[in-house]
Amino acid sequence: MAIGLHQSDFKNPVVRWIDSRMPIFTMMQKEYGTFPTPRNFNYFWNFGALAMINLMIMIATGIFLSMHYTAHTSMAFDSVERIMRDVNFGWLLRYVHMNGASMFFIVVYIHIWRGLWYGSYKAPRELLWILGVVIFLLMMATAFMGYVLPWGQMSFWGATVITNLFSAIPIVGENIVIWLWGGFSVDNPTLSRFFSLHYLLPFVIVGVVFLHVAALHITGSNNPLGIDPKGPQDTIPFHPYYTIKDSVGMVVYFIVFAFLVFFAPNYLGHPDNYIPANPLVTPAHIVPEWYFLPFYAILRAVPDKLGGVVLMFASIAILFILPWLDTSSVRSMRFRPVAKWFLVLWGLNFAVLMWVGAKPAEGHYVTIARFATAYYFLYFLVILPLLGRLERPLSLPESIAKPVLRGGGPLPAGAAAKPMEKA
Amino acid sequence: MAEAMAPHPAPHGEAGDTRRDFLKLTAGAFAAVGVGAIAWPFIDSMNPARDVLALSSTEADLAPVAVGQAITVSWRGKPVFIKRRTEEEIRAARAVPLSELRDPQTDQSRVIRDPWLVVIGVCTHLGCIPLGQKPTDPHGDFGGWFCPCHGSHYDTSGRIRLGPAPANLAVPEYAFTSDTQIRIG
Amino acid sequence: MPRVLAKMGRNLVGALMLGAAALAVTPMASTPARAAGEAIPLPATQFSFEGLFGTFDRASLQRGFQVYKEVCSACHGMRQLFYRNLLEIGLTEAQVRNIAAQFEVQDGPNDLGEMFERPARISDHFRRPFPNDQAARAANNGALPPDLSVIVKARAGGADYIHALLTGYTDPPEGFTLMDGMNYNKYFPGHQIAMPNVLNPGQVEYADGTEATVDQMARDVTTFLAWAAEPELEQRRQMGVKIILFLIVMGGLTYAVKRRIWADVKH
Repeated sequence: MAIGLHQSDFKNPVVRWIDSRMPIFTMMQKEYGTFPTPRNFNYFWNFGALAMINLMIMIATGIFLSMHYTAHTSMAFDSVERIMRDVNFGWLLRYVHMNGASMFFIVVYIHIWRGLWYGSYKAPRELLWILGVVIFLLMMATAFMGYVLPWGQMSFWGATVITNLFSAIPIVGENIVIWLWGGFSVDNPTLSRFFSLHYLLPFVIVGVVFLHVAALHITGSNNPLGIDPKGPQDTIPFHPYYTIKDSVGMVVYFIVFAFLVFFAPNYLGHPDNYIPANPLVTPAHIVPEWYFLPFYAILRAVPDKLGGVVLMFASIAILFILPWLDTSSVRSMRFRPVAKWFLVLWGLNFAVLMWVGAKPAEGHYVTIARFATAYYFLYFLVILPLLGRLERPLSLPESIAKPVLRGGGPLPAGAAAKPMEKA
Repeated sequence: MAEAMAPHPAPHGEAGDTRRDFLKLTAGAFAAVGVGAIAWPFIDSMNPARDVLALSSTEADLAPVAVGQAITVSWRGKPVFIKRRTEEEIRAARAVPLSELRDPQTDQSRVIRDPWLVVIGVCTHLGCIPLGQKPTDPHGDFGGWFCPCHGSHYDTSGRIRLGPAPANLAVPEYAFTSDTQIRIG
Repeated sequence: MPRVLAKMGRNLVGALMLGAAALAVTPMASTPARAAGEAIPLPATQFSFEGLFGTFDRASLQRGFQVYKEVCSACHGMRQLFYRNLLEIGLTEAQVRNIAAQFEVQDGPNDLGEMFERPARISDHFRRPFPNDQAARAANNGALPPDLSVIVKARAGGADYIHALLTGYTDPPEGFTLMDGMNYNKYFPGHQIAMPNVLNPGQVEYADGTEATVDQMARDVTTFLAWAAEPELEQRRQMGVKIILFLIVMGGLTYAVKRRIWADVKH
């Protein structure tokens, strides 16, 4: 590479001046302007952009909330109520932040589901998928610590139960828990460090999101057919086609979000978290936030403390090796007549786990949780590896453009003439 | 369809398609309004909150203050000097010709009731708190207050007489709610 | 089924439905847990602030405050509230100043280093009936009367539950053993509540001539408590209507632009 000014194509002198010294405009143009994107995305492909927007909303509201929040056991609850009552638009910032966490998980769960359905995790996108799982883990940690900050009953007891998971580790478990707490129970040192980390982790997420996007722009996007674009006729530039399509999804997302914030702000929350934390009284039923319920169900399905903890972490860790567990070379479930039904079942099974996670761990619920947990793992560890060998996939279309153009006639000349810079 | 077939660099360069331009313009304007509206709650959240505004006035009891004594009350996070001046101090303040003052104000315009001087105890130079509230404090060359930071001297009416400060000690908005009580703010 | 899913994904309605479905599944998952153990069906009460567009009935709020002040406040604090908040329920500044002045609050230390009592100002918190939880327990047979600032948000069933509880005192059914000092309530989980029945017909005298039946007092004080828990409710809903209408128009415009842009792409 030659050293010297970048050859900028921009006309505007200011843009050109900057761009020839630091080609940030050229980069944006390449990655978000002309970036060749499969022409056949459906609306499932909105959810990556939505997750990005959601992250920005969480960081913005979080920064402004932290200007008013006090991370001290004696003042945390009251400082949140002060935000709700006295700070200008404080209630809005807090309800957006609170429901934003739920929206984030809804968006990311749909985003993950899209990846599972269309085989977005398969070669060559394994690293892209792994980075996504890292983001998911960081999100869970951030959400958990954020939930502790209002210092209500569920905050306190949720923190107690989840940190106690680490006591299942043999020999050093107890010491790790004391180290996490900074004391002998969840108390002020715990609250302050959770606040510190809750502020830090979103920026770590931003970093990993950057890597996630960087990896995506090397391999290019997957698409509903799961086949690689064969040429310019299969792709269209990201802008304006997908910027506008993402905008449509974004407005719909904002409508759902706004409905929650303005008309049902506490619908997804738990009333007990409006009771100030009391270390001497445990609520009758400790329930995590809805987005943790499936994993909570797996934890409780095992009658052994260490076993439950291991299985719960394994349920997420297994996603890391998913690209190698799925042995089929066909990505999209559209062309996998058997596997798709097992995946649908897996999705329903996930919903069952979510439902049973909210039930008391007794009687039939335990049995249901055990079967559901078993299927959760069976799908990844047995069904997917076997199906790759046993299943006969449907024949794949020749190219993206072929099934798109009805009748499969010759391509119009104009489609190829579009500006495509094949990466 | 002809448009789609035509090979041109931007997907939309065709002139005359005014309906689309109008649509895009309207949608763009809506988006701009939306973004602008989103910014306001964030900005406004940094303005004084309602509990802060509720404390923007404070009451001070003057009954225990003897002639020649001064008290300090806290108002909006700042000290307010309330001094019950002696006859000599009032006379000294009123004897000064306005031409000698850097920030010309009569003593009469700075008080509601003659003996009671109420000023914000923040030096108009760079915001230090002047000395002079306690009898043992230095009072400066003019018998009022003296700012130790950069040597500003204030007289018995709280007016700047010597030193770098540009203006007199500010008089807050206040009112006598009774003979022995004032409400500041 | 997968073809259906794929189709759903292709259109806008699909995305919306997915979001809605995700929302619908979650409360199904979490609501039963709240009431699990002992789900006592609550009688539904009609309140002015219910529904998507309800607002607080100002007269009811003021009566409710009177009930709180004359009855509940003997044991229950509302520490998140300030006297100035009463301006929002339609009282005048003079009325609020008068109400505040009826209470002595602690201030200080003064120049002698001593704490002293003075009449409350409107910028003061509601006075708490007990200086701390221990004192509250000591005065109440070991039971702690909870703070009522956000009680409506802090109880499953919300306003319906509070109203049901206040009107739910009856004699225990036969065979029910009531512990010493406890009271039977139809709607309290476990039915044994330390709080005695405090609302009797004519317990307070309403200035506006409303008859102070138990149901009326319970309804008024519940309205007041609901407002105290969510004072932003009216502003929130008004804003929500405007924003959602704006977003719907915005959505239509964006979709139209999208159709225009995509018009020349076969898909």
